[in-house]
Amino acid sequence: MKVLGLILAGGKSERLGKLVYKRASAALPIAGKYRAIDFTLSNMVNSEIIKVGVLTQYNPRSLMDHLGSGKEWNLDRKKGGLFILQPYVGLDGQYWYKGTADAIFQNMTILRRGDEDYVLIGSGDHIYKMLYNDLYMFHFSKGADITLLTKELDETYNIKEYGTVVVDENMKINEFYEKVENPPSRRAFLGVYFINKHLLMELLYSTVPNGGNDLLLDVILPRINELKVYAYDFKGYWRNVKKGINEYYKINMEIIENREIRDELFFRNGKVFTKLKDFPPAKFGSTSNVENSIIADGCIISGTVKNSVLFRGVTVKAGAKIENSIIMQGSLIEEGAVVKNAIIDKDCVVREGQTLIGDFEPVVLEKRMII
Amino acid sequence: MRNVVALILAGGQGTRLGVLTERIAKPAVQFGGKYRLIDFTLSNCVNSGIYKVGVLTQYKPHLLNKHIGIGKPWDLDRKDGGVTILQPYFTEKEKVWFSGTADAVYQNIEFVDEYSPEYVVVLSGDHVYSMDYNELIDYHISKSSLATVACMEVPLSEANRFGIMVTDLENRIIEFQEKPSEPKSNLASLGIYVFQWNFIREILIEDAKNPESSHDFGKDIIPKIIQTKRVFAFPFEGYWKDVGTIYSYWEANLELTRPIPAFNLYDENWRIYTHSEEMPPAYISFDSKIKNTLISEGCEIYGNIENSVISQGVEIGKGTIVKNSVIMSKVKIGENCYIENAIVAENVIIGNSVKIGIGDFAENKLNKDIYNSEITVIGMDSIIEDNVTIGKNCVIGIDKVLPSNTKLDSGEFI
Repeated sequence: MKVLGLILAGGKSERLGKLVYKRASAALPIAGKYRAIDFTLSNMVNSEIIKVGVLTQYNPRSLMDHLGSGKEWNLDRKKGGLFILQPYVGLDGQYWYKGTADAIFQNMTILRRGDEDYVLIGSGDHIYKMLYNDLYMFHFSKGADITLLTKELDETYNIKEYGTVVVDENMKINEFYEKVENPPSRRAFLGVYFINKHLLMELLYSTVPNGGNDLLLDVILPRINELKVYAYDFKGYWRNVKKGINEYYKINMEIIENREIRDELFFRNGKVFTKLKDFPPAKFGSTSNVENSIIADGCIISGTVKNSVLFRGVTVKAGAKIENSIIMQGSLIEEGAVVKNAIIDKDCVVREGQTLIGDFEPVVLEKRMII
Repeated sequence: MRNVVALILAGGQGTRLGVLTERIAKPAVQFGGKYRLIDFTLSNCVNSGIYKVGVLTQYKPHLLNKHIGIGKPWDLDRKDGGVTILQPYFTEKEKVWFSGTADAVYQNIEFVDEYSPEYVVVLSGDHVYSMDYNELIDYHISKSSLATVACMEVPLSEANRFGIMVTDLENRIIEFQEKPSEPKSNLASLGIYVFQWNFIREILIEDAKNPESSHDFGKDIIPKIIQTKRVFAFPFEGYWKDVGTIYSYWEANLELTRPIPAFNLYDENWRIYTHSEEMPPAYISFDSKIKNTLISEGCEIYGNIENSVISQGVEIGKGTIVKNSVIMSKVKIGENCYIENAIVAENVIIGNSVKIGIGDFAENKLNKDIYNSEITVIGMDSIIEDNVTIGKNCVIGIDKVLPSNTKLDSGEFI
């Protein structure tokens, strides 16, 4: 059985504000050294998918730079490998992707040419660790046309922001509620589709030319009763960075606070691969005071760091104080500076004695800012 | 671009590192948290723009071979050149092992000839230093030299450990003493050579025919060619260390944790590349106090650490104190342990309430020449169970198991 992986990574999200001015949400740095897309990409590679197409659109530069030739994910291959699928200009004009279905439709060649039987469609914004093999088995054992990855969401998720499904005792989906107040179930769709490739091609050919551009709303939901659509139950940790700055901040803090989550994301069911940077180990000086924090390679710490994530190559000078914050790669916090409840993007400098303090919503310092 | 081939001698056993090289070659020993010793020389090569590299292995090469692989981390996976592992091989003449450093190069003449280089640099795979070999080669050319030896001034008291050179005003080598008891100078050879290939090629062929020769660059080749040929000493000013003994290995690691270390791992223009496992950033808990320490990715730290180097994927439990120690990758240390002046090799598992490095110094009973300081060494893959107490200057071999409540006095070994 061969599976083609497709990752939707073109979206832009207003709710991430300054963090996505210069990058797609899939390229958002997270957990000290990763970018959001690393999780889905690694899940696919760990599940032995050797051909992966990444659909990009919004501000793809940093995403492209990150993915490169796919070397870090063992996707620099003769057979299969990594394909970047960008909107392009053809003989008949230029087409931005109008939606997820349209994006795949415009890249029909990758579906037509390969010898894969199935397509796994995921999103570059989701933080979770999973081997898809059990999902394939579930799909076959149910004789499903389409299997959607779902999860019973607890109260820490704002359920009205998710599509939810109602399933029968066989996990067959009978109803779907797209982002409604008080849905009848808390079983949410996690944005991962597993589908027979030829069925997907048929559905796209019959829908997209007629103006249906969204894979879920226009292609699958109108046929939810004629197709056998099943819900596979995912029990692990799952978050979506696209839900906003608070959600992004919360994910980072959860990873600090909960060793279970760290073990699940990073040490079980394969590794999370990311672009290598060749930094030396982190160095803790004689005046350093670090508590409950995640520290990446290449950091040089002489100050105080509490409940924070320090990405690679961050320097914290003596007397500086960082609390409840996320400091991205290469930033410098000088002597006596105070940073609290803040997200500091890459290559920023907080000068001697300056303060940067957020409240309920963390304050964001844009890339390469100096204060 | 000059046509240069680098040959890295990586076959050495490093006997003075004792149990650390019982399973692996010296160039494969971990150093500085995430590196192995050969990374420094390999990184020097690529940072100097030398992309044709042969690595000559002999002693227990498996881990080293796996580490180097096709050279990807050093950008040495190339269509032209790249890295080639040169192992001893069998021929009609039935000779198999490399008998000396010069013999090792002699047996690989064909490999070098493939590239028809003008210069060959011969390097050691077990030194810690940063050197731009272009400066060495430029110097070699400027002196119209046939062979140039990189050297450094060392304290006269230590000169008997090195090859010592006596030079004239122009830096031409006029006398070479290999590990002399009465050194005539303090200019020591660093085991780093650049040769005109067509010159040294003939010399090596000649030397191979000489049954009297031990086929070593330091003992045979250099002393012979200085008599008639232009051979120069290149004065190197920088950090260079042969971490050949337990003490110097430990000391060089701990030096990296100083505020301004003698050797800079953080130079962005001279990165040290390595093959490292993909691991998440380190986690430091509420209860930890960490001072003057290097911590690598994948660590989960709940204890207190001072003046130590912690490699990738290490776990240190709550209430544990680690001081003045080198902890290699994937070591797991339980809760409430006390570990001082120790080198703990890869994959060792230490239980709860274990004490290492306590009591008074005593002479080591296994080998007092190798284990001659307060440092206790624990070999790869060993298991130390709960409540074990180990004194100073002890040695635990590889794959050993110390059952609960074992007490080992200073100087003992297992």
